[in-house]
Amino acid sequence: MKITLDADKCCAAGQCVLIAPEVFDQRDEDGVVVLLDAEPPAEQHDAVREAAAICPAAVIEVHA
Amino acid sequence: MTARPIAVVGASAAGLAAAEALRRFGWRGPLTLIGDEPHLPYDRPPLSKQLLHGAWEPERLLLRTEEQLDPLDLDLRLGTRATGLDVATRTLTLDGGELLDCAGVIVATGVAARTLPGADRIAGVHTLRTLDDALALRGRLAGTGRRLVIVGNGVLGCEAAAVARELGHEVTLVGIGAIPMAEAVGTEVGELLAEEHRARGVQLLTGAVDGFGTTADGADPAGTDDAQITDVRLADGTRLPADLVLLAIGSRPAVEWLADPALDTTDGLRCDAYCAAAPGIYAAGDVARWDHPVHGRPLRFEHRMNATEQGMAAARNLLAELAAEAAAFAPAEPADSTPGQERRAFAPVPYFWSDQYDIKIQAYGLTAGADRVETTVLDRTARRALALYGRGGSAVGVLAAGLPPRQVRALRAVIATPLPWEEARERVRAATAAG
Repeated sequence: MKITLDADKCCAAGQCVLIAPEVFDQRDEDGVVVLLDAEPPAEQHDAVREAAAICPAAVIEVHA
Repeated sequence: MTARPIAVVGASAAGLAAAEALRRFGWRGPLTLIGDEPHLPYDRPPLSKQLLHGAWEPERLLLRTEEQLDPLDLDLRLGTRATGLDVATRTLTLDGGELLDCAGVIVATGVAARTLPGADRIAGVHTLRTLDDALALRGRLAGTGRRLVIVGNGVLGCEAAAVARELGHEVTLVGIGAIPMAEAVGTEVGELLAEEHRARGVQLLTGAVDGFGTTADGADPAGTDDAQITDVRLADGTRLPADLVLLAIGSRPAVEWLADPALDTTDGLRCDAYCAAAPGIYAAGDVARWDHPVHGRPLRFEHRMNATEQGMAAARNLLAELAAEAAAFAPAEPADSTPGQERRAFAPVPYFWSDQYDIKIQAYGLTAGADRVETTVLDRTARRALALYGRGGSAVGVLAAGLPPRQVRALRAVIATPLPWEEARERVRAATAAG
């Protein structure tokens, strides 16, 4: 799995961090998403897919 | 085995989330996604922000590209409106007269902008709900120095006011209540926003709209025969000169097509805790009014986050119901249940945000309908504040403006389940003590 972000669209809702805190974080100054792990291990994949699905700004793209 | 589809009515955030979740949770049968707008599913929050401003073009609002939609193998019906639903047979009627016999239906038709009588025949009077609405308004905001009167000082009116000021227009924001967004966030946070709007040059007025003045000669610059707006009349006799008017006076759930008496469509489509309106019929997003199991009463949210979460929940629960139905018809067969196929009550922590100028407001839980609000202004000039909202002795909502994300997430944890008021106050203090 490889993750890419379109961080310019991020609305700083922080749902990705709630769902997959080992993969996503937020910048302190504006809450915009930060990718901690672009190729997370298998045990994170479900959470990452959930985060991508739930992101209210469609920022997270998951590649197989 | 029949090949009846699951139909999702409404191709915006909730409908798309439902369609994707149906596939993710294992629906391999036909899947029809019906949207009355001609566009691929797009995101609405930027309509009153980046799109109206001109910072983003419409393509940037697309929630998925065609390539991303392809694997869903959708029967995608854009520019198509559902006109009826027979609940007992789960049969949809589409606007061309086609009948669609469905295995299940998810209603995600959202809301439509409220308007005022006669407004649709006056050039320069706009509503803002769809991409086409936003593009039309944006076109009229080309150049600077237009006199824009925004009727309604809720979230949409406030966001549009901020954008129009940033674009250099003269903006008057008129509300029935004196304080903007007071209903959604309380009077003190609302007053803080009012200060920012005033500081940015927005004129804030209180009053009810009584009518519109127009040119008699139909000299509409857009070239239609409609009369052009010249002013907005308030009930107290005030006349507000206007080149352009935005009606931001709320919305009504798009349920007028649902006439089956088996459905309760009072303020949205009424659902149980599982988002089910009737057997095989579910609802999600702005249109759905469901029994929130934590808050113990029917709620309906016009929030972006809820659209996605409820779309997913409705999809999961519909599939669980269909699996149970199939098992009942063929009890001898071994249960072919996909993991997680059990209906779950939909119990989200509601979330909404609003961007106005440099202010980002984020709120979790229930902020509207509170009987108690405690607002702490951390920095008046920087518009940094937090607020706790209570109802019946419990803390049920929290709001943050200008707080670091870690603290905002900690605040969410405080109200994820209602806590006694005093305990929540303590936890809010602890969550925001550092930084």
